Amino acid sequence: MNTATPARRRGKAAPAVSAGPFIQCRNLTRTYKMGDTEVKALRGVTLDIREGDYVAVMGASGSGKSTFMNLLGALDRPTSGELVIGGERLSGLSADALAAFRSRMVGFVFQQFNLLPRTSALDNAALPLVYAGVPAVERKRRAEARLQQVGLGDRMDHQPSQLSGGQQQRVAIARALVNDPRILLADEPTGALDTRTSAEIMAIFDRLNADGITIILVTHEPDVAEHARRKLTFRDGVIVEDRT
Amino acid sequence: MNPLAALPVALNSLRVNALRSLLAMLGVVIGVGSVIVMVSISEGAKQAVEQQIASLGANLLVVRPGSSAFGGRRGGAGTATLLTDADVDAIRNEVANVAAASGEIGSSAAMVAGGTNWTTRIQGVNEDFFRVRDWRLERGRLFTAEEFRAGARVAVIGTTVAEQLFGVSDPVGQVVRIGNVPVEVIGVLQSKGQSAFGTDQDDVAFMPATTARSRVIGFTFNQRDPVFAIYVELAGGANPAHVQADIEELLRIRRNVLPGAEDNFNVRDMAEFIRARNETAAQLGLLLAATAAISLIVGGIGIMNIMLVSVTERTREIGLRLAVGARRRNIRDQFLIESVTLCVTGGLIGLLAGVAGTMVVEAMGQFPVAIHPMVAGLAIGSAAFVGIFFGFYPAHRASRLDPIEALRFE
Repeated sequence: MNTATPARRRGKAAPAVSAGPFIQCRNLTRTYKMGDTEVKALRGVTLDIREGDYVAVMGASGSGKSTFMNLLGALDRPTSGELVIGGERLSGLSADALAAFRSRMVGFVFQQFNLLPRTSALDNAALPLVYAGVPAVERKRRAEARLQQVGLGDRMDHQPSQLSGGQQQRVAIARALVNDPRILLADEPTGALDTRTSAEIMAIFDRLNADGITIILVTHEPDVAEHARRKLTFRDGVIVEDRT
Repeated sequence: MNPLAALPVALNSLRVNALRSLLAMLGVVIGVGSVIVMVSISEGAKQAVEQQIASLGANLLVVRPGSSAFGGRRGGAGTATLLTDADVDAIRNEVANVAAASGEIGSSAAMVAGGTNWTTRIQGVNEDFFRVRDWRLERGRLFTAEEFRAGARVAVIGTTVAEQLFGVSDPVGQVVRIGNVPVEVIGVLQSKGQSAFGTDQDDVAFMPATTARSRVIGFTFNQRDPVFAIYVELAGGANPAHVQADIEELLRIRRNVLPGAEDNFNVRDMAEFIRARNETAAQLGLLLAATAAISLIVGGIGIMNIMLVSVTERTREIGLRLAVGARRRNIRDQFLIESVTLCVTGGLIGLLAGVAGTMVVEAMGQFPVAIHPMVAGLAIGSAAFVGIFFGFYPAHRASRLDPIEALRFE
């Protein structure tokens, strides 16, 4: 499954050694057809993101930021334009090829956690490995390691309903990390959490980024965006502000 | 990803919605259960036929005078047309592939032994009869060809007669009176039970036809050594149709049937006759099984419905699975396995219900039933088929969901 990935560049030195843009967007557009009317969600986005960067994406609802995130996460394909991530051109890939790409490159964290109900934290965290073809023993080992990493080593057998919101989001982060992805995409990861818990989650993100993983997160909250090194602001399908 | 890896997921999802799963299965349970009951009834009818054929004697042809000629109304020669011992000998000696043959002539008569009496069928036969009709001896001996020729006053009796006249004591060597004639009981036959026509086959006494004609059967015939019917046993591997044709040809000559005229007798393959008579029962069973199969289809529609509900309910879960790297076929397999698990579980319960139902039918005694071991395979196979067939559409639909839409689904 992972053999196609080029040599991993991770660890503390990652940002320094990244050569060339990790993510290249060239004039990306995405148009939805809703009946007879066309909705232009993205109207031409061009930018590069280095590996190991920490990017906050902001903008009002309907500004195109979610569409942009879906493209970066290989959940969707651009209507036109070029998207290259880690040397792979995503524009023309089939649905299954996109799934394979997600499986080895991307981890997702959602606002609503999206954990499987009545399923233990361990099994939730191990879910992506099931689809990566990892044997059961190895799945358990890796999921355990990731749960330890997010501070849930003592809650592995708990089901989501037995966990607080912050704990559930940590399970979701462990799940996003279990495949050793190179990009972590987070869509309002603290949107459903109180201030103190939000701070804990953001501390985890900071640590992960320091370890070399590229993080791109959507947020409304300025203090969450402050954690990032780079802020992109969307309006009407284009980037209106790109601040480092 | 191995499709079977989805099995724990499927089982978990069924367990979580236990009541709903059970109700959804109910259609399959009823469908599989009724298929099993009906197939068992059909199978029972088939086995009953084979038993009747076996009790009749294997490879048996029966020759009777034609009813149209009975009494000689159509006979060109103007004679009575009963068959005779001479016909029996001719069939035995002149027709190829005949292993044995016996005439039969009978009448009802009272047998008296000691202080008690019993009226039964007295049948006059020859020494071949017992092997032709597959009668086996329980005690004593059968009569011989010499005793047949000599008209010996001996009888071989069925178990019902033995019980009625002698109770628990041994009938062999005892003397019974038939009319005024003392007859020695030389053998008792093994029980055959009920015939295909519902009569007690063991309520019978056999004597040499020679003795029966002269001593027991009161009325006279205008023919020498008549018999009512001739039973013919075919040699092993013989073609019944060929032997039947040979017998017909022989008898047409012996009975002076003119070329082109109708036979004044008929030759029947009894096994065929009974099969044909019982085919309706077996066919009815199959028809009922087909009806039961329709209830299985209705059950399948219930499964499809519940799977569609399940797919809708778990849209976000599907979206998540797609986001973390599931291929479309992984999603399809997961729901297919869930549907098959649901159906096969229903099939297993239906199997138990069907076997129980069959036992109830058996206990009611209305139909003969037989549970073939194959029904287990039938139950599970048809349930799995229903699961795949009716689960495919919901599973396919789940696999076509757009991950973004699915994740956003409320």
